[in-house]
This record gives sequence, C-alpha cells and structure tokens, in this order.
Amino acid sequence: MRITQGTFSYLPDLTDDEIRAQLQYAIEAGWAVAVEFTDDPHPRNNLWEMWGLPMFDIADAAAGLAEIRACRDACPQHYVRVCAYDASYGRQTTALSFIVHRPPDEPGFRLDRQEASDRRIRYTLSPYAARQPHSRRYQPGG
Amino acid sequence: MTGFAMPAPGREPTPAEPHENDEPDEEQLADDALVDLGAWQKQLAITGPLERLDAELVGIEPVKTRVREIAALLLVDQLRARFGLNASRPTLHMCFTGSPGTGKTTVALRMAEILKGLGYLRRGHLVSVTRDDLVGEYVGHTAPKTKAVLNRALGGVLLIDEAYYLYRADSERDYGPEAIEILLQVMEAQRDDLVVILAGYRDRMDSFFASNPGIASRIAHHIDFPDFTVDELVRIAELMADRENHRFAPEARQALREYLERRMAQPRFANARSVRNALDRMRLRQANRLVAAGELVGKDDLVRLEPADITVSRVFGTGS
Amino acid sequence: MAADRWNAGVIPYAEMGYYQPDYQPKATDILAAFRVTPQPGVPPEEAGAAVAGESSTATWTVVWTDRLTAYEHYQAKCYQVLPAPGRQEHNEYIAYIAYDIDLFEEGSIPNLTSSIIGNVFGFKALKALRLEDLRIPLHYTKTFQGPPHGIVTEREYLDKYGRPLLGATTKPKLGLSARNYGRVVYEALRGGLDFTKDDENINSQPFMRWRDRYLFVTEAVNRATEQTGEIKGHYLNVTAATMEDMYERAEFARDLGSVIVMVDLTVGYTALHSMSKWARANGVLLHLHRAGHSTYTRQKTHGVSFRVIAKWCRLLGVDHIHAGTVVGKLEGDPGTTRGYYDTCRLSRVAADPARGLYFDQDWGSMPGVMPVASGGIHAGQMHQLLHYLGEDVILQFGGGTIGHPMGVAAGATANRVAVEAMIKARNEGRDYLAEGEEILRAAARHCAPLQAALDTWRDISFDYESTDVPDVVATPVR
Repeated sequence: MRITQGTFSYLPDLTDDEIRAQLQYAIEAGWAVAVEFTDDPHPRNNLWEMWGLPMFDIADAAAGLAEIRACRDACPQHYVRVCAYDASYGRQTTALSFIVHRPPDEPGFRLDRQEASDRRIRYTLSPYAARQPHSRRYQPGG
Repeated sequence: MTGFAMPAPGREPTPAEPHENDEPDEEQLADDALVDLGAWQKQLAITGPLERLDAELVGIEPVKTRVREIAALLLVDQLRARFGLNASRPTLHMCFTGSPGTGKTTVALRMAEILKGLGYLRRGHLVSVTRDDLVGEYVGHTAPKTKAVLNRALGGVLLIDEAYYLYRADSERDYGPEAIEILLQVMEAQRDDLVVILAGYRDRMDSFFASNPGIASRIAHHIDFPDFTVDELVRIAELMADRENHRFAPEARQALREYLERRMAQPRFANARSVRNALDRMRLRQANRLVAAGELVGKDDLVRLEPADITVSRVFGTGS
Repeated sequence: MAADRWNAGVIPYAEMGYYQPDYQPKATDILAAFRVTPQPGVPPEEAGAAVAGESSTATWTVVWTDRLTAYEHYQAKCYQVLPAPGRQEHNEYIAYIAYDIDLFEEGSIPNLTSSIIGNVFGFKALKALRLEDLRIPLHYTKTFQGPPHGIVTEREYLDKYGRPLLGATTKPKLGLSARNYGRVVYEALRGGLDFTKDDENINSQPFMRWRDRYLFVTEAVNRATEQTGEIKGHYLNVTAATMEDMYERAEFARDLGSVIVMVDLTVGYTALHSMSKWARANGVLLHLHRAGHSTYTRQKTHGVSFRVIAKWCRLLGVDHIHAGTVVGKLEGDPGTTRGYYDTCRLSRVAADPARGLYFDQDWGSMPGVMPVASGGIHAGQMHQLLHYLGEDVILQFGGGTIGHPMGVAAGATANRVAVEAMIKARNEGRDYLAEGEEILRAAARHCAPLQAALDTWRDISFDYESTDVPDVVATPVR
C-alpha cells in the first residue's frame, strides 16, 4: 500500500537533488522549512512530530537536506515529510508539504463499519501502525 | 465499445519506478581540448571580485597576491576536474590572521564571491559571527545555537572572528568545546556546502591551533594581514574622506601624517577602523570650527579639512 | 431653482440631482460601474442619471413627498460618464454611480441586488444596460460573514497544500442508478482525484433519489480514503424545492460524515446565505455551482457581469465557486477570467481594465473563495491551466476522467500525475508554459494512463471567439 498524502506522492519518489530543488524554491519564496515525522498516517492526523523547529533565515537548501537525512537515519520506520510555512498576510499557513521518506512496509488502514439504522453506516478508519502499544510508538529509532 | 480497457489488478501498468538521473553530467573535456584561462576566469565572474579587491583596499599587497594565488589554484583545480583528472574537491577552509581593521572581512567577502564563481559554493553569501553567536550559556543551549548559525551559513562562507575564544582552557563550565565539536562535524560532513574562515590575532590563533589539532588539520590556506604602514594609512584616510566629499588642505595632510604616526604607537590601534573613527572626529571639529567662526560659509569651506581639525586631538598631548 | 425643482411634472433626472459630476465618492459609498447603451437621442449623462435615479430614490415624475426626506443623502449620484473605449459605434458609455451606505440593509445580498438591479434594467430609455463592477467598501463587507471556511481553512482541513485540487463531475449527467453512481465516485477518488461532484441537475429524480445517492456515495468516499490515506469528498447536491428540504438533505449529508455539500445558484441568494451559515455552523465545506448565470452574464451589452456575482457570493459566503477555465468548452477570455479569479482569491484587488476590474476592491481579512475550473479541460492542457489559473484552484475533469480509455481510476491518475509533475517543474524554475508538453511526456514515461490521455485528447481544443472581452487588452511589454 502506498499512502498518497503530500504534494508529489503520485510521482516517483523524489531524489535528493529534486528535494533540494523544492527546498530552494521554498527558501527563495521566503518560507520557513520544517521536517516532521510520524508512524500514524491517518488522514486526520495533521500533527506529526516535529524534527526540530522550522528553519527560518536559511539561505541554502543544504541545511534542510541535512535535517532530512538525519531524520531518515533516526526514524527509518516512520513517514518523514517536509513542510514549508508561508507567513505572509492573507495566507499564514502551509504552502508546500511532501513526503520524503516512507517506512519499508506500509500496512495502510483498516476500515471498520458499524451498521446503524436506516441503511446508514458509521465508518472508522484506523491505521495498523496505531495498534502498537504507546510505549513502542513515537520513539525515533523505532 | 472500442478503446476502453481497464487493467485487472495484478496486471496493472508497471508502477512508477525511481528514475535514473536524466540530466547528463557536466561535460568532460576531450583530452586534446585547449582552454584560455583568462577568458574562462572572466566567464566565471572571478575577475570582478579580484578587481574590486585591488580597487577597494589600499596596500596589503602580500594579501592580494595570496588571494590571487589561491584563486589561480582553485581555477586550475576546476579545470583539472573538467579534464577528469581530479576526483575529490579540494579543502577550502581558511585562516586569516592580523590585527583588527586590516581588511579581513572585506577579503572574506571577495573570497566568497570567487568561490561562488568557481562553483564551490552555491550562494556565496557571508555569515560573520563571534564566539557568543555559537556558544550557549547553559547546558543544551550550545548545540541548537551552533546548528542554527551553521544552517544560515550553508551555501556560503562562515567567518568566525577571534575564533580562539571558543576554547577557554581555564573555565570548567565552558561550552566552547561543544561548539568546536559541531563545527568539526559539519566541516567534514558538509564540506560541499560550507567554507569556514577563522580570523584573529596571529599568536593567539597559533596557540588555538596547537590545542585543537582537529581544526588545524582542516585549514588549507593561511593568509596573514600585515598592519598598514603610515603611508598606506594616509592614503586610506584620503580615500575615505574623498568618498564623503571631504579633502585635506595641504597643511592638514602633514598634520594627518603626524597624527597617524602617534596614534599607531598607542594601544588598541585598529588600523583602518581607527582611521574611520578619527575621520569622524575631524568632521565634528570642522563643524564646530565653522559654527564658532561665525563667518559666511561656502561650498569649499564645507569640503576642506584644516590642520586645526586634527591637531587638537588628545593624541598630540593637548586637550580636545 | 427650488421652485422649478419641485413643480409637479417631469424634469430630466440629471436636473433632479442624480447627475453630479463634482461629487467626490466617499470611502463608505458603494460604487457601481454600468455599461449604458442609451436609446438614440438620449444624452449619456441623462441615461446615467436615470440609472442612478431608478436604482435609488427616483420615479418618473416629481413627487412632493421627496421633501419629507433628506433626499440629497439618499439619492444615488452618477458622478462620471465616459465613452466605453473602442465602443463608439455601439453608443456605449460607462456610467459610474455612487450609493450611500445607508441605502442598504446590513449583511443582505437580496437587498443589495434588489436595490441596484431590481428596477432599472427594463427602463425604456436604455437600449441595453449591464452592471460591470461593484465596489464594496470595507465598512459594508464587514456586515457579512464571508466564506464559511475559505481557501486556507479548506486546505488545512484536507491537509493538501502546494498544488491545485482535482475534481470530476460524475458522467453521464443524468440516468445512473445510485449504486452505479457510487461506483463512478469510488473509481475516480481512488485513482487520485480529491473530489467528485454531483452535476447541477442531479437533485432527486425518479431514477435516483437523493437519500440513496448519499448512502452509496458515502461508502465510495470512505473506501477511497482507506485506499489512499487522503481525505476525499464528494459534493452532495442539496438543492431542493424548499429551504426545509435543503436543510433536511444537508443534515443527512453531515450525519453521514461528508466533508462537503453543494448548492446551485438557482436556489437564490437568500437560500445561499442560509446554507452558508449552516455550513459554518456544521463544519461542512460549501460548493456553489453557478447554474444559470450565463443567461445574464454572457452578453457584453446587457446583464450583470459574473465578477459582480462572484463578489456577492464571496460576501454571502461560499467556499467554492465555478469561475471559468479559459481553455475549456465554456465561455471565458483570459483577461476577464483572471479578473474573476482575483476577485475570488485576493485580499486587495487593484483596478485593472485589462482584467475587466473597474474598481480597487479591499476585502479586508475576509477569506478567499476557491475558484473552480470545470468544462472540457483535460490533462494535456495542464501547463496552460496552471499558467492562466494559478495554484489555488480546483480543476475538474469530468469527461477527462470518466472518458479515459483505461477506465475511470486511470483517468484520475493521469490527471493527478499531470498536475503534480507540472507543479514540480514550476517549482524547479522551468518555463513550464513553453515546455509543458515535454514535461507531460516525460511524466507519462512513468505513468501509462497519462500517456493514454495525452494520445486520446492530443488535438482537442475549443477555439471560439469570446463574447465577453474587456474593452482594453494589455499589450505585451517587450
């Protein structure tokens, strides 16, 4: 299974050079670049763990790439993504967000159906990763 | 119904594979190619910074020569790489030694431009810091502080002024060594993205290197910045004055020379910076002189600096 | 003068104070630009004054009751009449009219429209009349809630940034059964589109009632979310005969967990505003289909320009509005369409004759409306779409998804790969407009569905002359 969150998820995985080009685009637009990781890819989970603060004031994508590599090395079983934040008036939100690393095995989700009256169904989506007990989650290196 | 066919699962069109780098590498030169170094230098926009160096800085011929030498070496290294003769990137970190105000920061800026022109640095900007920008005041403070500075400098040059203060051998709770650790790591791991220039007094730099062989071994180029001679300082003063539409009256020039000779002998003389400060004081005195005289003032009066604007300085032993 | 002004009988509108060339519009005034074609023999200033009069306080003859009021305050003032550039032989003029803010009820689009266009368009002295643009002062804008969510909140909710969103209307427009309808939705969403859409005329017909459609679509949306890990949505059309029916349908959609519902423009401004408030109260995105607008927005000489409709809809508050494609099957010239998109998205819009924008418009901090481009577009036009329409837009490829030779999901994938590849190339600094076809072909090497799409629709384009172009066209600067 391959979750398709993020801006470039339908293209072949980006090479480091391609990531560098996207980071440079963000830096030149004046956006702050941040690296985040998670093991819970539920679509409503937008609070991934932060790998350090957003990098304001950097001039070159090399800084971002170094952080990405460090995060990949520390969290090989997690999803890692890059976010770029645009603080300008009228926006003040994320401008770009794409996945830069996936766990080697993506089990995906389980869709549970709870049949209610009137042919309605209540759906619950749960990621298989979330079935781990808490102590074995949210730890980089796990 | 023709033309519609949906692939069954398991027989889907091959999923996207990571593709090989589609762009060709920078062309290697043929074995018998001939290159005009002068023209290539111009093309790489290196002659610009070198010319500006000559124009902006007075004297310091040995420094300018060293910079040219280094630029030539790097140019030839690049050419060798294009012939396929070099595999690895040369070490680029440098050390500038000399008193304050001798042009180290200016030369660092030009060096950054040259390195960018040669393709060794992507952005070629300069980030100038001292120990306090790198070292924290409590446990755990140093690492993020140093990393943030390094992140800002990536793609360009990091100039660390009075770098020896990073290592305070006397203090126990000093976090300087931690900063040095991180600096070494990044100088190694990201050698393609960063050039470090350490700057400071020669003798203290030497002791710093003695206690930190790890750093010393990574410095490829040393440039020493000699103090300016009196003639050079006079020339600098005239250039600075001229840039602001002042000039020294002929008698004032002599007073200027005498002032500089005395000032140089006094402590905390910072070469060009001290000249800059002195010039500001002279302008102050000129203004006061003009106002106190109470006469009609013309354009030339505003431009001309008189001996009186100089000789009242404390340096001459009289009150100011 | 007073004696003449108040004598019983008919005097020209221009002499009743409706034409005041010295009047300085106040910052709180609502300003209108009308394209006026007077009947032969009617002076343009009189025509402008007549429009001002008949859209504010006047009637065709002097009335004494006027003097019971502070009539100078309430009468609209035509403060400028200019010949429309390049349109002399059509006898067209642009009349600028200022309305005092006290003429309007706070927060009411029906009142605003009844006031300005409710009475004057049938006036015999005018051969044709078109409301081109409206300047809404911030003071009045603040009496409206605006979009229930807006572009920023929508993206944060969907967690999708940095690229246009993709949608498709289920096709055929009519006739599918509920279950088959769900099948189309499922295939399109799992293939890569973000949204699918009920067509404007899908409400609740004998071949498929609304409740059954909603249930089957919900299954499709959730299955697609499970397959992809993305938030997916289908615009469930809640348009109905009465407001009560609309609430019933909208509440059912919300209870089923739909992220979005849609309404047609034909329900009217009152119903739209109610739905907008409901959408905010219930956290559901609101999509507006501008059904029927072309009956009055399309002709250059008579009607209401779509940019005014877009402004009204942004005020009363919708999250999506169809605004044209430029290169698709429906009307829309590049300059005018860009004007619509700026009106929807920007906080401060500058007057620009080449984009048909007659006034500066300041929306303050009111969120933007996501424009929707729908109608005859396909993946092979992705570079042009990105160039003309920008990044904050929803691109809808109905036929372009469902008509794909390898199936609906493949069609969706083709569109998704095309948009991502184009965005990636743009960010890398390539001249994607000039190199667009090459970028698409390169992307198609890793995506068979995209290659098939490019081959199938390579030669399709819709090149007809636009009926509504700006008077002024920007000449390229060398």
